[in-house]
Amino acid sequence: MSEPTETPATRLLAWLTDGDLRLLSVLTVSLFVLVWVLSFFSGIREPGRILSQIQGVAFIAVLYVMLALSLNLQWGYTGLLNLGVAGFMAIGVYTMALLSMPTSAAVPGLGLPLWIGIPGGVLVASLFGALVALPAIRLQADYLAIVTLAFSEIVRLVIRSQEAASFTIAGTRLGTGGTDSLALPTSPVKVLLYEDPSQPAAIAAASPTPLGDILFTAGEQIGASPAVMESLVYTVFLLVIAVAFFWLVSRIANSPFGRVLKAIREDELVASSLGKDTRLFKIKVFALGSGMMGLVSILWFLERGSVTPATFVPDLTFFVFVALILGGSGSNMGGVIGSLVFVVLLLESPRFIRRIIRESFDPPAPPETIFDALSGVDPLLGYFTSQESISALRFILLGIILVYLMQQRPDGLLGHRTEVASNVDLADRQQTEEES
Amino acid sequence: MTAQQSRTADADSETDAILSVQDLRKSFGGITAVDGVSFEIEPGSITGLIGPNGAGKSTTFNLISGAYTPDSGTIVFDGTDITGYRPDRVATRGLVRSFQIARELPEMSVLENVMLAPQHQLGETLYRSVLPGFRSGVETQERELRERAWETLEFFEIDHLATENAGNLSGGQRKLLEMARVLMTDPEMILLDEPLAGVNPTLEQKLIERLHELKADGYTFLFVEHDMDIVMNNCDPIIVMHQGQKLAEGAPETIKEDDRVLEAYLGGEVEQ
Repeated sequence: MSEPTETPATRLLAWLTDGDLRLLSVLTVSLFVLVWVLSFFSGIREPGRILSQIQGVAFIAVLYVMLALSLNLQWGYTGLLNLGVAGFMAIGVYTMALLSMPTSAAVPGLGLPLWIGIPGGVLVASLFGALVALPAIRLQADYLAIVTLAFSEIVRLVIRSQEAASFTIAGTRLGTGGTDSLALPTSPVKVLLYEDPSQPAAIAAASPTPLGDILFTAGEQIGASPAVMESLVYTVFLLVIAVAFFWLVSRIANSPFGRVLKAIREDELVASSLGKDTRLFKIKVFALGSGMMGLVSILWFLERGSVTPATFVPDLTFFVFVALILGGSGSNMGGVIGSLVFVVLLLESPRFIRRIIRESFDPPAPPETIFDALSGVDPLLGYFTSQESISALRFILLGIILVYLMQQRPDGLLGHRTEVASNVDLADRQQTEEES
Repeated sequence: MTAQQSRTADADSETDAILSVQDLRKSFGGITAVDGVSFEIEPGSITGLIGPNGAGKSTTFNLISGAYTPDSGTIVFDGTDITGYRPDRVATRGLVRSFQIARELPEMSVLENVMLAPQHQLGETLYRSVLPGFRSGVETQERELRERAWETLEFFEIDHLATENAGNLSGGQRKLLEMARVLMTDPEMILLDEPLAGVNPTLEQKLIERLHELKADGYTFLFVEHDMDIVMNNCDPIIVMHQGQKLAEGAPETIKEDDRVLEAYLGGEVEQ
C-alpha cells in the first residue's frame, strides 16, 4: 500500500501496527510510564515506592492477561459463554488450600506439599469445568451462561457456608474458613528468598537466602524493601507463566483442534455434519480453560497469603469479560492488550486520580446526603473522592466505555483479527510443491 | 405403475443398496412431516428426491443425516444400521450432507472451511496439537491436507478466493464451497439439499458437470431439487414425495407420465 499523503503520524501508526510484539511493547511502556506519572503526582516520589506501585499494577495486569487468555479459549474461540470464571477460580485456590494447608493450622488442610496442592487445585477446577460443560452439550449458548453463572454462585456460597467452614472427613479435620479470610500455604517465591519463609516478611527478611541477599541489597540501593523485592520476583515469575499461557492458547488456536473450535463457534451443526464430535471438543476446551483459571487464582492468592470467598463474586467474571472484549475476543493478542488497558486505565488509575485530587485540592470529608454534596464544588469533590464513590464511579466509567466500544469498535481495540487455524501457512502453497 | 413396483421389489431384496430407508416416520407436534417413507439407493447413482413444498424432503434429509431422530423406522447405510446416530457419527461413516441454505463458516477463510472437513485428522487431538514432539506429525498431515484443499478448490474453481473469509462469498460461491467441503470429507455418499437454488445458469451447468464427473468416480448422490428440468435430465431414478409419503419412484420417463405426480405438483387441475 502506497499512500500519497504520508504524514509522520500515519508512518508511526504503520510502524506500530506492523508487528504485534512492537505494539505490545510500546503500549506496555506507555501504560507503565502513565502509572509512574500518576504515582509521582499523587505524592509517591521515592524510587522504591514508585517501583512498589508499578509492581502492584503489573501484578494485577498479568493476572488479568492470563484470565483473559483462558476465557478466550472458551468464549473467543469456541463461543462457549462461561459466566462462571470466578467459580472456577475459587475451586482452584480452595482445593489447593484444602490439600496443602498444614494440619496444625487454625483452619487445617491435608498438609500435602504445594507440588501436589497446585496441580490438585488445577485438576479439580478442570474436572468441574468438564462437569459443568456436560449440560452444555445439549444447551444453546445463553443457557450455558445461566448454568455457569449459577454454578459460580453456588461454589461461592458453599465455600462461605457454616458446613464447609470446618468439617471432618475420615477423621481428618478440614475447612474453608467460611466467610473469614483463609490463610494459605507459604508461597514458593518466599521459599526461594528467605531461609525461614514461614515467618512474617519483616522477620524473615533478616535471614535471606544467598539469592534473596543479592536481590535485597539491590533493592536497598533504590529504597525498595525486601517485601517489594519479593513481590517483584513473584510478578516476574507470573510473567513467565503468562507467556506459557499465551504459547499454549496460540498453539491450540493455530491447529486443526483450534479449527474445529472455531467451527463450533460459527455453526455447530456444520461441524458435526462434517463428522466432528463437537461434544468432546466442548468438554475438553471447557475443562482446559477452567483449569487455567484455577491456576491463575492459586498463583494470585499464594502471593497475597490469604483468600476470602467475597473475592469470587460475579463482578470478577465480568471484569475478565470486559478485559477480553476491550481488546477483541477471539484474538490472543487482543486479550493481552485489552487486559493491560483495562487494568491500568480502568481498574487501577481511579485510585491514583483520587489521591491526586486529595493531595492537590484537599476536599472536605464526604457529605452525608446527596443534597449536601450538590451544595457546592468542595462538597461535590469530597463526595466524588470518597472511597466508595471511586469504586462506584469506576463502574459508571466502565459502562460508558463498553457502550462506546460496542457502537464504535464492536471487534475491540485491535479491531477485527483473524488468526489462521492451522499450524502451516495456508496461503503458502509453493512450499508444498517444492517439498513433494 | 407396475414397472415402479417391480423396481421396488428388486431393491427390497437388499442386494447392493448403499442406503436403505424403511418405514421412516417423524412428527412435530400435530404435524406428521414424514409418514412411513421407504426407499433404497443404489451405489453410483444420482437419485433425485422431489416433491412440492412441505412434502417432507428436508425432514427426510435431516433424519438420514442424524440432525433429527426418527420416531420409528430404520436407516441402513452400507450395511450398518445408523438409525438415531448423531450427525458426526453418520458423517464419519461416509454419509455427508450439504445444507439447503449454504451454511458456510463466515468468520473462517475458505481454505479453513475446506480443511475442517477431512476425517480423522491427527491434529484434532488436543495433546498432538500442543506438544512439540507430536506436532511435527500434525504439520506433515496439514501440508497434505492443504494440497488436497487447494486441488478441491481448483476443481470447483474457487481457488482465487482461498484466503477470503467465507462470509464474503456470493450465494453461488457459497454453494460451491459447501460442495467442496462435503467432498473433502472423502464421503461414499452425498446428500445434496437443493445445491442449485440461487445459482446462476452458468454456474449451475458447471456444478452439474462436476456432479457427473464425481458420479463417474463412484460417488453416490441423493439430490433434492425443485427445478424439474434439472431433475429429469440428471437424476435416475427419481423418488417423488407428497404429504410425508412416497408417491412414486422410477426412471424420469415413468415419473413424467405419472398422473399422481402431476396432480401433486399442480393440484387438482390436471384431472383429465
